Amino acid sequence: MNPAFSVIFLTTLIGAGQGLFLALYTSEVYNSFGIVGGTSPSHMYATGILVVMLLMGLGLFASFFHLGRPERAWRAATMWRTSWLAREVIVLPAFTGAALVWGTLHYFGFDPVLVTNSAGTEFKLSLVVGFVAALLAFLLYLCTGMIYAAVKFIQEWATPLTVINYTLLGLSSGFMLAATLGGWYNSSITNTYVLWALVFTLLGFASRMIALRRNARIKRKTTICTALGVRHQKIRQISQGAMGGSFNTREFFHHQSPQFVHAVKVFFLIMTFIVPVTLVVIGWNNTLFSLLAAAAVVQYVGLLAERWFFFAQANHPQNLYYQAT
Amino acid sequence: MTTQTNQATEIKSTTCYMCACRCGINVHLKNGEVKYIEGNPDHPLNKGVICAKGSSGIMKQYSPARLTQPLKRKANATRGEGKFEPITWDEAFDTLATRLKHIRETDPKKFGLFTGRDQMQALTGLFAKQFGTPNYAAHGGFCSVNMAAGMIYTIGGSFWEFGGPDLHHAKLFVMIGTAEDHHSNPLKIELGEFKRNGGRMIAINPVRTGYAAVADEWIPIRPGTDGALLLAITREIIEQGLYDRDFVVNYTNGPELVNMDPKSREYGMFLRFEVPLEEGCFDPQNKLWWDRELNKPISTHTPGADPFLTGEFKLKDGTPVKPSFQLLRERVESYTAEWAEGITGIPAATIKRLAHEMGITARDQKIELPIAWTDVWGNEHEHVVGNPVAFHAMRGLAAHSNGFQSIRALSILMSLLGTIDRPGGFRHKAPYPRPIPPCPKTPNKPEDVKPNTPLEGVPLGWPADPDDLFVDDKGEPVRIDKGFSWEYPLSVHGLMHNVITNAWRGDPYKLDTLLIFMANMAWNSSMNTSDVRDMLKDKDENGEYKIPFLVVCDAFHSEMTAFADLILPDTTYLERYDVMSMLDRPISEYDGPVDSVRIPILPVTGDCKPFQEVLIELGSRLKFPAFTDKDGKRKYRDYPDFIVNFETAPGSGIGFLSGWRGQNGQKTMRGEPNPNQWEQYAKNNCMHHHVMPKSYQYMRNWNAGYLQWAQSNGLTRHAEPINIHLYSEVLHKFRRAAQGISHGKQPPERLRKRVERFFDALPFYYEPLENEMINKQEFPLSALTQRPMAMYHSWDSQNAWLRQIHAHNYLHMHPSVGAKNGFDDGDWVWVESVHGRVRCQARFSQSVEPNTVWTWNAIGKASGAWALEKDANECQRGFLLNHIIGEELPNQPEGQHYSNSDPLTGQAAWFDVRVKVYRASDKEQGSTFPQFPTQPRYPGMAKPVGKWQTFIGGSGLFKNRFKGK
Amino acid sequence: MTQLALVIDLNVCVGCSACVTSCKEWNTSGEGGGGMVDMNPYGKDPTGTFFNRVQTFEVGEYPKTETVHFPKSCLHCEDPPCVPVCPTGASYKRKEDGIVLVDYDKCIGCKYCSWACPYGARELDAKQKVMKKCTLCVDRIYDTSLPEERRKPACVLACPTSARLFGDVHDPDSAVSVAIAERGGYQLQPEWGTRPANHYLPRRKNHANVDKEALHRIDNPLKKEEQRPAVSSELPSLDDFLF
Repeated sequence: MNPAFSVIFLTTLIGAGQGLFLALYTSEVYNSFGIVGGTSPSHMYATGILVVMLLMGLGLFASFFHLGRPERAWRAATMWRTSWLAREVIVLPAFTGAALVWGTLHYFGFDPVLVTNSAGTEFKLSLVVGFVAALLAFLLYLCTGMIYAAVKFIQEWATPLTVINYTLLGLSSGFMLAATLGGWYNSSITNTYVLWALVFTLLGFASRMIALRRNARIKRKTTICTALGVRHQKIRQISQGAMGGSFNTREFFHHQSPQFVHAVKVFFLIMTFIVPVTLVVIGWNNTLFSLLAAAAVVQYVGLLAERWFFFAQANHPQNLYYQAT
Repeated sequence: MTTQTNQATEIKSTTCYMCACRCGINVHLKNGEVKYIEGNPDHPLNKGVICAKGSSGIMKQYSPARLTQPLKRKANATRGEGKFEPITWDEAFDTLATRLKHIRETDPKKFGLFTGRDQMQALTGLFAKQFGTPNYAAHGGFCSVNMAAGMIYTIGGSFWEFGGPDLHHAKLFVMIGTAEDHHSNPLKIELGEFKRNGGRMIAINPVRTGYAAVADEWIPIRPGTDGALLLAITREIIEQGLYDRDFVVNYTNGPELVNMDPKSREYGMFLRFEVPLEEGCFDPQNKLWWDRELNKPISTHTPGADPFLTGEFKLKDGTPVKPSFQLLRERVESYTAEWAEGITGIPAATIKRLAHEMGITARDQKIELPIAWTDVWGNEHEHVVGNPVAFHAMRGLAAHSNGFQSIRALSILMSLLGTIDRPGGFRHKAPYPRPIPPCPKTPNKPEDVKPNTPLEGVPLGWPADPDDLFVDDKGEPVRIDKGFSWEYPLSVHGLMHNVITNAWRGDPYKLDTLLIFMANMAWNSSMNTSDVRDMLKDKDENGEYKIPFLVVCDAFHSEMTAFADLILPDTTYLERYDVMSMLDRPISEYDGPVDSVRIPILPVTGDCKPFQEVLIELGSRLKFPAFTDKDGKRKYRDYPDFIVNFETAPGSGIGFLSGWRGQNGQKTMRGEPNPNQWEQYAKNNCMHHHVMPKSYQYMRNWNAGYLQWAQSNGLTRHAEPINIHLYSEVLHKFRRAAQGISHGKQPPERLRKRVERFFDALPFYYEPLENEMINKQEFPLSALTQRPMAMYHSWDSQNAWLRQIHAHNYLHMHPSVGAKNGFDDGDWVWVESVHGRVRCQARFSQSVEPNTVWTWNAIGKASGAWALEKDANECQRGFLLNHIIGEELPNQPEGQHYSNSDPLTGQAAWFDVRVKVYRASDKEQGSTFPQFPTQPRYPGMAKPVGKWQTFIGGSGLFKNRFKGK
Repeated sequence: MTQLALVIDLNVCVGCSACVTSCKEWNTSGEGGGGMVDMNPYGKDPTGTFFNRVQTFEVGEYPKTETVHFPKSCLHCEDPPCVPVCPTGASYKRKEDGIVLVDYDKCIGCKYCSWACPYGARELDAKQKVMKKCTLCVDRIYDTSLPEERRKPACVLACPTSARLFGDVHDPDSAVSVAIAERGGYQLQPEWGTRPANHYLPRRKNHANVDKEALHRIDNPLKKEEQRPAVSSELPSLDDFLF
């Protein structure tokens, strides 16, 4: 496929936004259940949510550049029964709204206790709202991933790994941001964020490597033989019927050399996983906030490359009809 | 036919002109703008179908490359710069008429009129004749004159307009040397039907594209070697006894006895038992057979006679004689399949198998149609018999300097198989068959060109013997293109490809005014294009252009227009009247004559004027006898009026159109002018189809009923049989002259050997001439061009839809060519001939013979031409092979110039060119060479379109493009 | 239930692109389409919206090369993967005749349907930014003002070799169904279960069938050419002696 920057930004930005929210909510849960001592400052939540909103907003903004007719975007929710894209279009604002409510509750400190259980644990309103938002965040990962995983004949995408990767990489980048945020507020929760950031990054690394390995070994279901219905070992296209190119040559192929694509792969593996992990470990051990921030930025750059590669690597069977340029 | 549909759309019928096929079309108009063009289901030619070009006619009509007003070269501009200023038609006509009047009064041959792929040769030829200049021809000389001449001089008919394969009945179809889609829709329709009916198709071609793609078998062949293949097949057919003996005996000159006495003046001539009473352009029935039973000579076609086809006999006076079939057999004796394998690259076993397949299919799958007919000798036949092997061939055979003899070989093979004008074989189309050769003759002496006098004879004719040549008393040419001279005696379509070079050099003389109509001589219609462009703007020592006055009539911004002194803007085909006349090249079907018309369905754009109107106007102003009455008053109001009222001779009843003649339109073929003739055509799908009785539809060379009908309807002068010339005495007459045996005209000494060599009464194989003059090891590859199905020569790069299909062209070749020369698929390479080199992009292909490279013709364009932007693919990535094809043979003795053409017919030998291919340097990768300065837009052309264009018929946006110029 | 479709006969397709431009001219002026855009129509790399293209493939190696011309347009799948993915419902499959269509007024130009089509049959109009594709000329096949034999897609009417058949592939007696059954009509990329309604008819070869026996026949015309040398009755013979 030809990577579209609108979609690259959309998926990386909202992935990080969802991840950041989930990180913030994690600390609330930890706080509520006393897993980690010390409450987080509520304006850290508010600031965090502000960042989440910013990421979601930018993502949404980027997404409009993908649409030929953005003014009709409202129609896109119609077919939620069948279309993962429509579902994303519903879940994305739902999540954003829930996260906003959660952040607002924290900002205004309005957080009545709803239930207190026998152990004395208080279930506050924000915890419930946050739970709903967290569910929506995960649902959004599912929707985003499934948009690609559901295209069954793009075999690089048609795997649960696509959803897993979207989720893990989103969580990874979100927790990286959270670590930076925690560091900024000098909160004790930072350790938790860093720990989870490392866990998600390493898990993401593992699943991404598995996906790369899998994709390198794909046995193509569609060949030029099934595409044409002609059985022969040697089939070569000599004309595609449009010498100046067509939508088919623009949308489905990246027009970059294999060397370039390979370089992007190495780049994203280093930038998404190796460099951030290194920076975080060093930064964490030496309590250097700037390194945590650098890790988040580097990883985001890496994720842009990762997402570019995700699209570029996807081999659409229609390209069998457009080999000759 | 005009009908209204419910969507306020008006539908009008006319005839397509996106190529030369002339299909019927129905044009849908909305708000005066073309909305949709579809095939006319009621038209016999295309039966409702339409091709890629036809459907894209809209984009031609509204092309920004259209010229819309008369232009003259700016006083301070040099030719080729493309700087013009608009003038009025009055000024254009005044300029032209003054100039032409002077030429006509002094030396009419100083005016040349040459036309491209137009369809009005009857009118343009009439204009030239009336002017009194011999210097007229259309594009045939650089197209396929070998096909026309080779076949007409053998069987009295030819492929395409004048005949074709009967695929409705054929079982085996052999296509040899047919580029891509020749005879577009009609042949496609029949090919589809043929294949669905289970017919077997063999394609013999160096390249497998187009029609060859759907062949059951592809036999790749080296270019220029078709003659060797056909002669080897012929040998195998004869040696295996697979020829149709009855057909050869009755309908060819195979059994006729030839004088074999080397001491006799009559050596090589047929024996004649009496002098014919009447000299005419037909074969008198005064030859002899050697009868098998009586074992003595006998008049041909004597009832009950059965002649030998082979053997050697002695007349009573001791004269040795042989049937001409015997001579043919001896000729092909050495042309074994093994011999041909070494030349053609086709395995000997394949050649033999081909011969067997043709012969056995012809013999064992005979068709008998229950159609009774009578031959010219009075024999009644209960059936029409057909041997279902059909052929089609075109420029692949024709465009070689050995093409005429190759095509003679093909015609003879078709005749031996007994397939001429029979079901499943070759079928004629009216006005063919015609005598061998047909009657019209050119003038034959310089004195026939006289001031203020129409030409004696026609500008293009059919020489039957050396005395018909158009030469002076030294045997030198009278025509500017040296047509009908000893250099190219049978140049029945002229040699347009040499006109500019000859006029520039002043050999045989200089022209004053050259009028070119829709021929792109500064680009794809010329050989040696770069030099020709220089000749067009070259000046003599006095600073005058060597070709003093150049007039170009074209509808579009072609490369040629940039060189004009005066541009006359033609209309498109949707804005004009036209006739596809029986006097020219009609659209006849096998079952009878068909002619057709165009009727304007749109008003003329800007100040455009159909070229016919220009001719009528000029002819009237110059007071040509055919266009003015005794008092010098104009006879015809305009072209439509001319078409209705013109008769070939006063009261002949024969005019341009054959339908609805007579006062009330009740007569066909012949009859008085009918003032309502156009209306009748308009009401009847713009065509007139006369279906002949079944009994007239076959065996027309010998069909008494048909020949009498043809004679009485003016299609032919004589109702005499047209026997097939296996042995061409006509050709032998030229050889006799070259040998100094005959009394008539003699070739100049320098040409005797040439004429003697090539004018062989029997076909023979020789290598293309250029091969003999270059180092073949240095130039190991043949280079070919062909026209893609979705484009017609140079016409369609201006077409926004079609140019998306072919935006530029590659040089296609087998990967081994790249391997040997160190380049890869997609690399930019030089392709170099002895004449020069061009740079292009290589494309590897498995469907091309490894000694051949090829490209699409005329997709490459000069920068800016055809209103394309200067970075358009056509001029940056497309290329034109013509730059490296010579219009003259290379390496000739000082002062001698021979056209790169067939030495018999002057057919341009496009496909003889040999090349080497090597990688261009890294710096040279990415664009084509040569490049030319960008051709500017002219006054009156539409504004640049810009990045976007969306056509919606009826919106009026495109119609209005040419307004506000 | 009706499923209209095209059946494309590769055995007779000569690659002339008649279907390509006849489609363009009909549909660019079609009802409600807003035209089919061309970009750089007279400049570098001209490119535009087409519903149908003819491509060419070479199969095998010289000299046993087959040149296959391959027209391709929307296949009107019976289970079209492009339809359920459309978030707006602009892409839909008609119940009454199985034609897959795009409602240009609902399309947001997200291109997701084109990603979800394995055949590359959809093209986003570069200027109007909505997805376009073959409609089987839905605006003419039901037009009762046309004679019945002309109520067919423009490409079918144009095709000079009649390589394009049009009809209901669910009606076992239709010409298209019969052709598919008799000629081994097949679907493209059957592995995805999209069940394209359009079918292709494969190449069919007629081989040379020359029987060597046929070369040896009693009626070989060369036999008629045998010359018996003429012998004079004046020559000496037994008749001079025998009694």
